[in-house]
Amino acid sequence: MDLFLLVIGSIFVNNILLAQYLGNCPFCGVSKKLGPAIGMGVAVIFVSTLASIFTWIVYHYLLEPQGLEYLKTLVFILVIAALVQFVEIFIKKQSKGLYDSLGIFLPLITTNCAVMGIALLNIKHGFDFVEMIVFSASSAAGFALAILLFASVRERLFISSVPVAMRGTAIALVTAGVMSLAFMGFAGMTN
Amino acid sequence: MNFRQTLTHGLWRDLPPFRMVLGLCPTLAVTATAENGLGMGIAVTFVLIFSNMFISLLRKVIPDKVRIASYIVVIATLVVIVELAMKAFFFPLSQQLGIYIPLIVVNCIILGRAEAFASRNPVHLSMADGLSVGLGFSISLTLVGSIREILGVGTWFGMAVFPDSFEPFGFMVQAPGAFLCLGLLLGLMNAWSRRRGEFFIQT
Repeated sequence: MDLFLLVIGSIFVNNILLAQYLGNCPFCGVSKKLGPAIGMGVAVIFVSTLASIFTWIVYHYLLEPQGLEYLKTLVFILVIAALVQFVEIFIKKQSKGLYDSLGIFLPLITTNCAVMGIALLNIKHGFDFVEMIVFSASSAAGFALAILLFASVRERLFISSVPVAMRGTAIALVTAGVMSLAFMGFAGMTN
Repeated sequence: MNFRQTLTHGLWRDLPPFRMVLGLCPTLAVTATAENGLGMGIAVTFVLIFSNMFISLLRKVIPDKVRIASYIVVIATLVVIVELAMKAFFFPLSQQLGIYIPLIVVNCIILGRAEAFASRNPVHLSMADGLSVGLGFSISLTLVGSIREILGVGTWFGMAVFPDSFEPFGFMVQAPGAFLCLGLLLGLMNAWSRRRGEFFIQT
């Protein structure tokens, strides 16, 4: 039951993008069309879950016993960068189709604050191993959901007449604000 | 670009995060009050100046293939320094900023300046560029923070600006207010640039 609440909480109530503001650069950059947005969402779910597992293990079995907690920023970003490289090489070798659809998003993910943010939040909340996996996967799913909805909205915006000064990123941010307002309606479902 | 242009381009021509739409996460996340915005701005400025300096010094040593990874190591080291210094000297502020301080590592502005400027310019120019972009970022963050704090809480840097009868517009300090405020500011800036004949519509 607690895990179920954790899932609902991290997808809807504390949506990583619309309530915690993480991962806004790809949110604005890759959301002009639905196709790339889906690719980005899937890539983030995949990398973020993997990265959280690795960073959690490194933190609890390597850094904490040595008293090196203060190095977590440096170590986490290295783990994530190495992991992204590795995943890219692996997918390229194993599956051409998957590489064609996800490949271009993988380098972008290294500097995606959502991945690093989820890894840091796992440590901050003091999750155990199972909670950590559930939290990371569902937070990343929340990101995918938000970017998917947002890309659908932006496809409509493209054909509507927006005031010249507001075109592009400006109207996108206002739209994100309205969506964030809608997601605030979920507040109170969990505590 | 000569030295003077480098020193001033971050203040209006390339003002982050409005002109370079990079580093939106901290702009949205820590600007609930003007003080937090300014604190984050100063932290980013410090990291920018020194990351630009080190990367510029090492630009002939770093092999091209692993340059991004090398930049990230330099930036992450500086961020750890900032993190520890903030905990030691500005503890309440570091509690307020929380995980957004370690997240300076993935702030695209810093990596962007390293790649676009510091990797191909001499040290003094790179440091000037870091200072200018960092100052521009601090000004923008303080501006967004001020607007949100004044409307959302009715104070500025903790001082009351409105009489007690003012009903705070609480929506502004929450997530939707952040997106809306930044979007409208960007729109205003675009309108102003168009009037002056500069062309700046982000796509």
